[in-house]
This record gives sequence, structure tokens and C-alpha cells, in this order.
Amino acid sequence: MSAADIAAVEKPPEPPRGWTKARITGHVLLALWALLGLGLAWFLASSWNPELIQKYAPGYLSGIVVTLKLVAISCVIGALLSIPIAYMRMSKNTVLSGIAYAYVYFFRGTPLLAQTFLIYYGLGSFRPQLEMVGLWSFFREAFNCAVFAFALNTAAYQAEILRGAIESVPKGQWEGAASLGLHKLQTLRRIILPQALIVALRPYGNEVILMIKGSAIVAIITVYDLMGITRLTYSRTFDFQAYIWAAIFYLIMVEVLRHAIEWIEQRITRHLRR
Amino acid sequence: MQSVWTLLSWGPDGWSDNIFNGVLVTIALAIATLPVGLAIGFLIALAKQSKEPSLRLAGNVYTTIFRGLPELLTLFLVFFGAQIVLQKIVQFFNPTGTIEVNAFVSGMIALGVVFSSYASEVFLSAFRAIPHGQYEGGYAVGLNKSQTMRLVVLPQLIRIALPGLANLWLILLKDTALVSAVGLNDILRETGVAARVTKHAFLFFGYAALIYLVLAIISSFGINAIERAVGRREASR
Repeated sequence: MSAADIAAVEKPPEPPRGWTKARITGHVLLALWALLGLGLAWFLASSWNPELIQKYAPGYLSGIVVTLKLVAISCVIGALLSIPIAYMRMSKNTVLSGIAYAYVYFFRGTPLLAQTFLIYYGLGSFRPQLEMVGLWSFFREAFNCAVFAFALNTAAYQAEILRGAIESVPKGQWEGAASLGLHKLQTLRRIILPQALIVALRPYGNEVILMIKGSAIVAIITVYDLMGITRLTYSRTFDFQAYIWAAIFYLIMVEVLRHAIEWIEQRITRHLRR
Repeated sequence: MQSVWTLLSWGPDGWSDNIFNGVLVTIALAIATLPVGLAIGFLIALAKQSKEPSLRLAGNVYTTIFRGLPELLTLFLVFFGAQIVLQKIVQFFNPTGTIEVNAFVSGMIALGVVFSSYASEVFLSAFRAIPHGQYEGGYAVGLNKSQTMRLVVLPQLIRIALPGLANLWLILLKDTALVSAVGLNDILRETGVAARVTKHAFLFFGYAALIYLVLAIISSFGINAIERAVGRREASR
């Protein structure tokens, strides 16, 4: 008798899967989702209008580009800003850490929409002063105001992510590097950050996803991002498929990003798996 | 030119009474959304941790959709979509009838749906933190499934999930600002009206931000009190 035969004999048969309450509920719910999906597909197919698509599709494309541009620029600026903020937040000087704490608390404790309004409408109150320093032409553009507000906002969140990640590295790593004669910057670059960034990757990814979702609010201050184009299209056509298409595009963007982050995480934590 | 303090005062020249009504609307919306979101989130978490694959898939589809959509878009989908669907239903019975969708209710549904999809993840990780022996112990002393859930698992679950849920409450409080876009007179809309009328935009939007900050601070005091109360129960066990 070979080993395979023994395994085949000794393995008990699978217990029969009856129609339990959970299974019925699950199938009913799945059927509801399928119905909803089919309903949406039917709705989109029945209201398919080549003229309309031809007229508004370029707008949607440019809206997606604006959304991605807005998120990319503000995330990069926010990442640069977050470094000094995280440094201040971790410093032993109480004044410095207090300022950084207040900054982070303000931007995490108030709605992004209020911050955007504060900058877009509020800076108009300081027009003479801004004109004097030549910044008015910058802040007159809604897109620039949105980038400014989003960068300040995400800097606060990213500073906290950075701080949490650096503090998650055990203190012995600093001491070990110091005993090998590395100075602080070298330690940070060669020892601490490679370990901290593994911890930080997932929160960073979540932050970018939150920014993509949060960027929809710039439609309210007249930036024509994906949401802005959608509102414009709906106000012209009163066709509800405008919103459905926007939902599909946002879902695609977020899901692609989420899976990309998961893939990167799998790659960079290969040495940790056994 | 009126002074800043007159503008922020109570009474005929000031705006504080209008803004205070906005504060009440914001708080009411957040508090009305919370139980809906918690209940749906708990049910979704139950579905996602069940052994039945179809139930898990149904729960995962829900979270994927509502965590992936921008909150503002969800709000518009509910606000305009519900309008269209209800209109169709009303016209089916009464061809001349019209119906208005309440901004408060659609805000509640949209925020509740978003809240519940995040809350389900918090509950799910709390479920995973409870060892299997707790269920087995419950069954061993003769409790049935729902009793085990209610008497053994739930008290521990709440304690583990509390920090995550507190975080979600603060996010919910901030997300209520979005309903100003569908015409509900919350803090941001009232201050926006004041800003447009008086032309003191920075003052009033700064004031709105401060109000949200104060609400967040009050909330964190409340959360700390709840956490202390729950923690004490554990210590005295």
C-alpha cells in the first residue's frame, strides 16, 4: 500500500454541507448584489447614448487627470512638509514639539472641507496683503488653493505616520548603530528608515487612498476634477448615469492603488516570512 | 465696519445664534448616524467572519464598494438616486405626485453606510482577537450560540473595538461637514452664509474650524471617560 492510498483511506469524508441559515442568507445577499449589478448594467446599457458619451467622455478623462494630478502634487509636497513636522514632534524641546502637536491636532481635528473653504474663500480677505507679496495670482486659482489645503492637511497625517513608524523601531537599533560609530543621519538613513518604511507603507497607502476620496470635495470650490465634471454633466443632462460612471472610475482608481500597495508589501516583506 | 466681536456675538447683529443652530444640526446628524452605522457594521462583521463563503463574499463586496467611493459621491448617489427611485415609485401610484428627499435622512444614510463599512473592519479585527476557547467555553457551560455571543464575546469585543470605534466617531464628526453640499444647514453652511453676507470669510471659516476642533476635544474627553469605565470593569474582574 503506497502512502497516497493510506492518506486516501484515513482521511474522513467531508461533512455534507446542508442549507444552513447562514448559507441561505449568504446566497440571498449575493443574489441581491448580483441583481443590483445587473440592474446597473441594464440601466447603463438602456441609457447608452453615443452622442452623450462622445460629448462628455473627454471631460471625464480630463477630470481623472485633474484628480490624479491634485493628489500626486499635494502628496509629494505633504511628504516633504511632514519631515520637519515629524522631526519637531519628536524633539525634546517642548516649544517645538508643542507647535508641531498643535499643527497636527488642528489639521486632523477639523474637516478637510472647512480647511479648503478657509483657504479658498478666507484668503480672499487678505487680498491686498497677498497682492503686495505677489502671491495673489497663485491663490486666485481654485486648483492651487486646493493643492495648498490638501498638502497642509496630508502633511499633518503623514507626519504622524512617519513618527509612528520611526518610533516603532526599537531603541537598541539606534544604540547599536551608535556603537558602530555611525552618526545620527547615517543611522537614520541606513538603519532606521529601511525598517520604519515597512511599517509605514500600509498607512501611507491608506493616506493616498483617503486623499483620492477626499479630493472629490474640490468640486465644491469649482475645480473640475472627476467629481466636478460629474456634477457639471449632471446639471446639464439630468442623467443619473453621470454619477454611476464617476462611482465606477473612483472604484477602479482606489482598487488599483490598494492592490498595488498589497503587491509592494508582499515584495518588501519577503525576508520576514518563513 | 462692524467689529469682529459684534459679528460673532449673539443677537440681531451677530451670527452666533445661526451658527449655534448649525452646531445642533451637525451634532444631531452625527448622533443619529452612529447607532445605524454601528448596527450595520456589526452585522457586516458577523457576515465577514462566518464560515459560509457566500456570506463572506457578500460582506466583502459591501466594504469594497463603500470604502472605495468618496464620501461626497456616496452622499450624492443617495441624495439624487433616492430622489429618482422614490419619484418613480410615487408616480407609479399617482402620476402627478412629487416627492422631496430629506437632506438630513440622505446624509444619515450615506454617512451611516460609510461608517458601517469602516466599523465592520474594526469589529472584524476585534473578533479575530478573541480566542476560540471563549466560544468553546461558552458552549461548554451550556450557553447557546446567541447567549455566547451576547454574554461572553460581546463584552470583550466592545473593549477591544473601542479605540477603533472612537477614531471612526471623530471621522464621522468631520464627515458631517459634507452634508452642507446638499443643502443641510450644518455648521459649515451657516458659517458660509455668514461669510458671504459679511465678507469676513477667513473669520467665519476659521470660527467653523474652531467649533469642529472644540467638538473633537469634547468627544475625546467623552471617549476617555468611556474607556476608563470599560477598563475599570476589566480590572475589577
